[in-house]
Amino acid sequence: MTPATPVVSRRFLLPVLLLSLLAGCASAPAPRGTGDLGVVIERSIGQVQVVNTTSKKALAKVPGLGDLSHASVVFSRDQRYAYVFGRDGGLTKVDILTASIAKRIVQAGNAIGGAISQDGKLVVAQNYEPGGIKAFDAETLELVADIPSVDMNGVRSKVVGLADLSGNRFAFSLFEAGEIWVADLSNPKAPKVQKYSAGKQPYDALVTPDGRYYIAGLFGEDGLAMLDTWQPEQGVQKILAGYGKGEQPLPVYKMPHLRGWSVAGGKAYLPAIGRHEVLVVDTKTWKETARIPVKSQPVFVMARPDGREIWVNFAFPDNGWVQVIDTLEGKVTHTLQPGKAILHMEFAPRGEAVWLSARDDNKVTVFDTRTKAPVAELKAESPSGIFFTSRAARTGF
Amino acid sequence: MKPAISFPRMCLSGLGLAAALLPLFASATEAVIPAPRARELVHMVRQDCGSCHGLTLKGGLGPALTAETFRQRPAESMVATILHGRPGTPMPPFKGIINEAEAQWIVQQLQAGFPNE
Repeated sequence: MTPATPVVSRRFLLPVLLLSLLAGCASAPAPRGTGDLGVVIERSIGQVQVVNTTSKKALAKVPGLGDLSHASVVFSRDQRYAYVFGRDGGLTKVDILTASIAKRIVQAGNAIGGAISQDGKLVVAQNYEPGGIKAFDAETLELVADIPSVDMNGVRSKVVGLADLSGNRFAFSLFEAGEIWVADLSNPKAPKVQKYSAGKQPYDALVTPDGRYYIAGLFGEDGLAMLDTWQPEQGVQKILAGYGKGEQPLPVYKMPHLRGWSVAGGKAYLPAIGRHEVLVVDTKTWKETARIPVKSQPVFVMARPDGREIWVNFAFPDNGWVQVIDTLEGKVTHTLQPGKAILHMEFAPRGEAVWLSARDDNKVTVFDTRTKAPVAELKAESPSGIFFTSRAARTGF
Repeated sequence: MKPAISFPRMCLSGLGLAAALLPLFASATEAVIPAPRARELVHMVRQDCGSCHGLTLKGGLGPALTAETFRQRPAESMVATILHGRPGTPMPPFKGIINEAEAQWIVQQLQAGFPNE
């Protein structure tokens, strides 16, 4: 065989394979749904793996997604497409059925994530540079609205904590300006923006699973800023004000992440910034009911879908640990070491398993949530975020 | 009572001054870090500093750490920022995780264009 032969044959092989898939010939896979699929970010090589939560296996790889340090994903409501937001402003629509890129744009210089509208028609990116949000047609990724985060003083802020609300509204926070903005994109050609003062340095935010309360964590002060999006005219209310009791916070080596996953059984479980604690808040009164001591500074505080357990991972240099809080007992019941540098966790849709990315072990490990034992392992290059299609149906994801 | 400065004490403070100058002198040449530790530091900067400054160090919540931005700033102030953080910003102090020679080495690498893993 001459050296040139394999190259030529490979060139022909790919289109032939694709054609045979399209034509539905004998080798074509059976039609399938996507409800048990998801993607794993391989942050250092700009690639995602398509994974199956039933077989606990990787199905395919999709490269060419740019800088995926701090990447996040939302899903189309038919759960076929994953919109991957990269650090470099890349927004890629990945078809997880064919494991291919359906569309890709670079929409900003430095981005932090995104959201999808209630009706699934708008994909919105939140950007650090240039600061603001941009809304795109979910089908074509054409720009439909651009809202720069320029405050009253003409200063442009980094945008954090973007969340979808009912009526194709989006809430987000301005890090430098310390404001919460709610943008009504029901008519994306004429967006309406309401602005609220939030507090010092909001770093991330969540919306409760019912879409009602938008809560921004504050880096610059003890407490969180809450907006009732059903009655936004009442303005922002501070909750858990002074939770650090004026004590000097510990150095924060990784900002916590907030999402609606922390709400379970009428309570919200929130990471205390600069403290080795999970704060527990009653979601009716928004008063603190308990604080649970944990191993280190929490990053993700995530309820299992049934709300019985809360799984917590930690900031550098304690990111090899994971703890489980039993919500009936209100305390840590399990302390695990699933791998080196656990960056993210994602529950199977109904919570029988949790997938954990171990960045420095180059693996994703799957734990049985009942036995707390590993049941599967997948190789992945520097894995970070894990996102399952079940997110498509949840507000705030 | 104000103690009179005795000769031996002056000697001691002189020694202290020399010791304080030593790291500066070292940084003018090259902070020497054993290769395995250097690999750990590169990994830490890329991955963990990268969670705010970006894996490519082009910035995120924290500013870009590219060679262009770094060459314009005095090395000592960058070393101080790494070791002691920047109050009022999310930049935390790294003393306790890395020592001064390691911070100097990191700044030198950043000024030269930070190595990949």
